Amino acid sequence: MEFINNHLLTTILLFPVLAAVFILFLPKDEVKVIRWVALIASLIPFALSIWLWLRFDSNLAGFQFSETYPWYEAIHSSFYVGVDGLSLTMVLLTTLLTPLALLASFSITDRVKAFMMLFLLLETGMLGVFLSLDLLIFFVFWEIGLVPMYFLINQWGSANRNYASLKFMIYTMAGSLGLLLAIQMIGVSFGTYNLPELFKLWPAATEIKNIPLGLPIETVKTVAFWAFVIAFAIKVPVWPFHTWLPDAHTEAPTAGSMILAGVLLKLGAYGFLRLVLPLYPEQAKYFASALAFLAVMAIIFGAFAAYGQTDFKRLVAYSSVNHMGFVLLGIAAAAKAMGTMDATIALNGAVLQMFNHGLSAAGMFFLVGVIYERTHTRNLEELGGLFPLMPVYGGILIFTSMASLGLPGLNGFISEFLVVRGSFPLLPVFTSIAMIGLLFTGAYILKGIKKVLHGPLNEKWVGHLTEINTREIIVMAPLMALILIIGVWPAWILDVINKAVTVLFK
Amino acid sequence: MQFPILSVIVFTPLVASLLILLIKPERKTEIRVAALAAALFALILSIWVYFTYDKVAGGYQFKEMYNWMPTLGIGYHVGVDGLSAPLVLLTGIVMVTGVLISWGIDDRPREFFSFLFILASGVFGVFVALDLFQLFFFYEIAVFPMYLLIAIWGWIKTREYAAMKLTLYLFIGSVVALVGALAMYWQSGNHTFDMLVLQQANFPVDFQRLWFPFVFLGFAVLGGIFPFHNWSPDGHVAAPTAVSMFHAGVLMKLGAFAALRVGIMLLPEGAKYWAPWIMGLALVNVVYGALIAMVQTDLKYVIGFSSVSHMGLVMLGFSTLKPEGMIGAGVQMFSHGVMTALFFAAVGMVYDRAHTREISKLGGMSKPLPWVALAFIVGGLVSMGMPGLSGFVAEFPIFMGVWKTNPWVAIIASLSIIITASYIMLVIRKTFFGEVPAELEGHINGISPLDKVALVFLSLIMISLGLFPSLMVPWVQSGVQNVLHLLGGA
Repeated sequence: MEFINNHLLTTILLFPVLAAVFILFLPKDEVKVIRWVALIASLIPFALSIWLWLRFDSNLAGFQFSETYPWYEAIHSSFYVGVDGLSLTMVLLTTLLTPLALLASFSITDRVKAFMMLFLLLETGMLGVFLSLDLLIFFVFWEIGLVPMYFLINQWGSANRNYASLKFMIYTMAGSLGLLLAIQMIGVSFGTYNLPELFKLWPAATEIKNIPLGLPIETVKTVAFWAFVIAFAIKVPVWPFHTWLPDAHTEAPTAGSMILAGVLLKLGAYGFLRLVLPLYPEQAKYFASALAFLAVMAIIFGAFAAYGQTDFKRLVAYSSVNHMGFVLLGIAAAAKAMGTMDATIALNGAVLQMFNHGLSAAGMFFLVGVIYERTHTRNLEELGGLFPLMPVYGGILIFTSMASLGLPGLNGFISEFLVVRGSFPLLPVFTSIAMIGLLFTGAYILKGIKKVLHGPLNEKWVGHLTEINTREIIVMAPLMALILIIGVWPAWILDVINKAVTVLFK
Repeated sequence: MQFPILSVIVFTPLVASLLILLIKPERKTEIRVAALAAALFALILSIWVYFTYDKVAGGYQFKEMYNWMPTLGIGYHVGVDGLSAPLVLLTGIVMVTGVLISWGIDDRPREFFSFLFILASGVFGVFVALDLFQLFFFYEIAVFPMYLLIAIWGWIKTREYAAMKLTLYLFIGSVVALVGALAMYWQSGNHTFDMLVLQQANFPVDFQRLWFPFVFLGFAVLGGIFPFHNWSPDGHVAAPTAVSMFHAGVLMKLGAFAALRVGIMLLPEGAKYWAPWIMGLALVNVVYGALIAMVQTDLKYVIGFSSVSHMGLVMLGFSTLKPEGMIGAGVQMFSHGVMTALFFAAVGMVYDRAHTREISKLGGMSKPLPWVALAFIVGGLVSMGMPGLSGFVAEFPIFMGVWKTNPWVAIIASLSIIITASYIMLVIRKTFFGEVPAELEGHINGISPLDKVALVFLSLIMISLGLFPSLMVPWVQSGVQNVLHLLGGA
């Protein structure tokens, strides 16, 4: 116990991968055992992160529970992890969604062992990004998460999976290339990858040491800024870098989509908050309008594109583009006037929106998966009128959709309101346009509900369609509970977020 | 007198190869067991050398020195430093795994293992040589059996062409390098081939600038440097599996290592002068090699050209003459050696069963050969430079070194990462996933436990090195320190 206490973060981080190694040695035909071992193994990091949440002191500035171990001493990189309110929220989201996604994938029967192992590996990859305080380690985990996701889509996806998985891989790797080069440049220049140190050194740097580049420092910083921005924008994804997302989502297995939308997209937004804003405050301020423009385009086009879909899963996928646009809008507003109250409000909204979207998008993708497993179609035209056949499912779908739509009383409203409230004084034009996008959010969500639940019943489903089962309800229950709790009483989580962003972005 | 461990390592394969020839050719199992025993013995000794090497003290250790031809100033002088210790270990690893996966060779295994071990002796000899003449001596010993191994046991379609091409390229390269070496011998006036003495000879700058290209390029031919890389993919493809493993895994390192040892360390001023040119060639290697690999349709050619690209990174690291770049290059030599050995082992296992290496004719191999698929994926990720594996540990510092020298080169070279990722992912998918082609259905047998041991062993090495760079970096660092000292830097 004492050991875990002192190594809480590394335990949370490495437990999933150790569990994956353990599963490797289980006989592959013992499907039930493997499933349960994986599920229980993923519940332990969740329990530990709740404990972490309780022990976390939000009044302290800086990073807590830090641990440092030597890793690559020759290039001055060490294994340095720690949490603040920002990463804590994301860690909780990750460790919450992973067991739910694993539970959701109990219906997978093909190569269960490999699936579960990849999933646990993915969890470690994602947690590593949120926890690392060393730029190189950040990059290491950033890339590691790619591999399991690629294989999850490529091996367990639907018809067009080869195209989708390669597109996902190449897009993300191409995006990371600029990030890698910029990280190398910073590392070579300062001889350290320690993030808290770089937060001080890099924004104040007046020359690029050790590198015969022959360009003015402003130019270099601007280029490096965009290298970071593009890498993260691809992951978020922000218009016009979003085109990999609908493909990847549509082809991924249900649990893969849940994690992809729930956590993986947050990695990009987290990158903006953890690295871009602290490392490039001036550039971020200068280009705030450009970022806001991209965000508004994501909101508007995401909504329009979602409305135009006939594939249920693609509709939900484009809704992610729309919702993550609000996160970026909040970030852009904050970049414009770092330290002001409006900026802080916008940042609160952005971080909460990340958490909320994690809950509702994971829920939505799961609900699409529930229908798909029964009907083997995601075509909205073939569905319809299913409410009488699946009343409980219908209720859950409407509830989750409403959270996504931003109905007051549910979580989406709180975060989108905060973003808009914070952004409006700073970026009035962009925010106003984004509000119009909000209108279309309502339109596509209602379209989805209508096409699935209402209208004339497609007779071929009668007798084939079974109600949502207990396991599936168990997956949805925690998500719905949190959606409601945050909607009614957001203070418990906003308190942590608010203190973090106030300290971080003074 | 201490135990002459390096000499024992060098001569173990040679003695074993002679002993194996004494066994009757039809007693194939005994031959294989004897080969494995000798390889294991050499591996254990090289592990011992690696882990007892004192990296804090650095310098050359386990030294032995005897007179050989004193009238010519030729001695038998061996020792390892932080750069050669990992390569000695690598040779041991490739030797053992090469024997394991060649267990099934049924055509004259006695002669096969015998030649293979002569080759291994030559390789060990080069890595530990501290005498220039001795280095050349072992170098030729390593190259010569290659000809026979490819010409006799190689792929029937191209083996004669490839064996001839490879041998001619390498001999011409070594002759060119030898001219440079002789020039050093005369210039120094010390009447010695001892490299430790030559290092202190303080050759005139003009002399160094004149002869550096001869020595460096002569050896770099074996390292596959552009535009002299052409022999290498042909050789890889024609060679039988274990020989490909040796060829790409160890022999190409031999070229890079000798280019460093003789070129950069003996002619540091020449190295400084020519470094930008070497960097240019290496950059072509890195990017062009990756592009050529992308358009190959034969699995073995893909790996062959990817080796050209990866060895380019080694040269790129050397050409920076910066600590990071050199450390990266040193680790890359080891990492690439293990990685290509794994690649060629996996490809060989697929070929032995499917009898084709055309990527378009393969598919779904992960079902009958899950271990091979997994190993190939690990190798593929290493080759992409995926963090957490040894490739990243090697490539990242190389790029840091290049940043310090010429940022634009770093930016252009980084394109190879994307190119590599795309072709590796495509090859993995087309070969190992999807449907098994109808004509192969049911014809693919599983691999033997020995094959599995080899694959797992190689994979684990790359994973451990990727997670714990300190398993190798401090060694290389101490070796690099010495090189930098000769270059007049820190």
